[in-house]
This record gives sequence, structure tokens and C-alpha cells, in this order.
Amino acid sequence: MKIQFKINGQAQTVDVDGKTPLLWVIRDLLGLKGTKFGCGKAACGACTIHVDGNAIRSCSYAVKFAEGKEITTIEGLSDGDNLHPVQQAWKEEIVPQCGYCQPGFMMATAAMIEKIPNPTDEDIDNNIINICRCGTYTRMRKAIHRAAEIKNNNA
Amino acid sequence: MLESTFNAIHIFSAIMKKNALVLLLLFLFVAGMNIPPISDSLADAPTQSSTVEPAPQATPFDVMTQVLTHQRCLNCHPAGDRPRQGDESRVHSFNIQRGEDGHGMLNAQCSSCHQSENNNFSGVPGAPHWHLAPKSMAWEGLNRIEIVQVMLDKGKNGGRSLEEIEKHLTEDPLVLWAFDPGVNNEGLPREKPPVSKEEFIKAVKQWVAEGAVIPAK
Repeated sequence: MKIQFKINGQAQTVDVDGKTPLLWVIRDLLGLKGTKFGCGKAACGACTIHVDGNAIRSCSYAVKFAEGKEITTIEGLSDGDNLHPVQQAWKEEIVPQCGYCQPGFMMATAAMIEKIPNPTDEDIDNNIINICRCGTYTRMRKAIHRAAEIKNNNA
Repeated sequence: MLESTFNAIHIFSAIMKKNALVLLLLFLFVAGMNIPPISDSLADAPTQSSTVEPAPQATPFDVMTQVLTHQRCLNCHPAGDRPRQGDESRVHSFNIQRGEDGHGMLNAQCSSCHQSENNNFSGVPGAPHWHLAPKSMAWEGLNRIEIVQVMLDKGKNGGRSLEEIEKHLTEDPLVLWAFDPGVNNEGLPREKPPVSKEEFIKAVKQWVAEGAVIPAK
């Protein structure tokens, strides 16, 4: 079936089985490799993207549900050369270790600070539910607070 | 003559030996059957003048509550702020919480993972408007009578009338998902309620038509 959506601001039409996970379409059809495959069970969050501004596990999201939606991946997070506040904060706090899960965490954080501009530690615990095998949680917590600060200062 | 007499005796003897063996085997078989004493059997046997109580048939209430008390329903009617999941009703992984409206936390919504249909690749279940029942409709820890009392209590059920409850139970795709719950994250089918969707719908309609009576026990 043909499915149309916007991804990182660009209109796209794909012709695939509607049950194909959106992650497969993003990585294998559209060649955007920044979004990672982790567990394939919507558990770890490595595949987190935005669909209409909401954090979504793309490994468990049939592409047919993307019809008419606006999708953002890690490649579309920055505004051209201007890094997104989350990207700036991640650099400042030197968050990644192996880095594999980080795009998912960054996308989840970017969605959260749109909805919760000044997240508390409790907000972070309740809303960032991804998994990092390297255990970078402490640095991520700092970076999330910093990202919110940068975003609020830019506003 | 002597020879023919001897032959006759020999044949007779062989037949008797064979019959004795048959009788012995028959005795051993009967002895092993653990048949109750004849007097007891006679005492229990129905007579033409007495009536035997038939096994009680499941009432529409019984059938309906077999579904309402199943984990496919209870998992999303928790008493606390954490959904349950799985056939063993464990607390939902990943610190998933109810949120203000039962749809999860602001950035960890049910719809982050659950779509409007089952995803049998990932094993994530899905149905339209996937969310938790409100806390006032908590069923966790209640018995079947208490569950139905809560279900009919307009102060707890969101002001729903009996007709609306009947519609919710028999038509809401989120409720009826229980009968088509897909596979879990290991690709194994989730357990379904012990009665079919058709039996459940029929029982609910009949229970409502007969006055939605809640039995004393």
C-alpha cells in the first residue's frame, strides 16, 4: 500500500506492506540510520522518534499509522547547523558512552521539554523511560536539565 | 477303545486348564477395578421415584464475571497508578504510570507503544483508545460481586447508565480486545478469557434483560 507522510520536513511516499514497522522504512527504505534498532519489542526506546511531536517507539509502529503524519528523526532534530538544545546539552555534558541508545534518549527528551519546560527529577523518572546499557543515566539527567535551561534561555 | 478314551480325557483336561486360566485372569481384572461395595452402590443409585439434582448451569452473571475477573480485563483496572501486564498480572515494566487521564504520563503515553491494533511483530498489544480505566473503576482486589457493584455505581463508573454499560461491554473494541489479545513479546498467544466473545456478549445482554441482578454471593 502507498503511504504518505512528512519526514524531517520532506514529503515522502512509500509503497510497502502497511504492517511494516516504521523503523524498517526509516532505516532501510529512506536510509536514515540515526534511529537505532534495539529490542524490537518497544521496550528499550533506542528507536524513539517523533510522530506529530509525540515520542513513539518506531519498532512497534506499523507504517500505515504514519499516513498524513509529521515524523522527525534524530537527523531532523537540529535546525540546519544550529544544534537543538538537547544536542547542545548532550555535548556539554559529554553524555554518550557507547552511544547506541542516545538518539532515542535525545528524541524522548526533546519531546518531553516541549511538554514539560522545566522538568523535575521526578518528571524525568516518569517520562524518560528508555534504557541505556552503559548506565549513562546520571549524565543524562544533568543534560536533560541543561537542555531545558538552554531551550528556555533561547525562548 | 482305550486309546480313544485316553484322548478324550486329554482333551477334557486341556479345556479345563484353559478355562481355569481364563477364570483366574477374570478374577484378577475384577479385583483390580476398585469397585465400591455393592451396598454403597445401591444406596447411591437413583430410583425411579427420586429426582437427581442436575449440575447447576452457569448463569449469565457467572459467564459475564468469568470474563470481568480475567487478567485481560483486570490488568487495566488497577487499584493503584501502575497498570498490570501479562498473564501473571505483573506491574507494568518501565515505570509506566496512569497519568492524569489514564492515558499515561505526558511524555510516556500509552500510545507511545500501544497502537489501535495488536502488533504481532513486537508483541505489543493494541486496540482503539488504549488506556487505563479510571481509578474509581479499580477492580483489582475485588470479588466478582464487588466488581459488578462498582461497574453499576454511577458515582464510580463515570455516570454511565445500564444501557451504556451494556454497550461498553458488548461493543467497545477495547473491551472486546480481550478475546483477540494477540501474542506476547515471546511470540506466544496471550491467554484469553475462559468463554468466547459470543458467549460473553449473549450473557451480558441476557443479564441486563433480566434486570441486571447481582446475586447475594
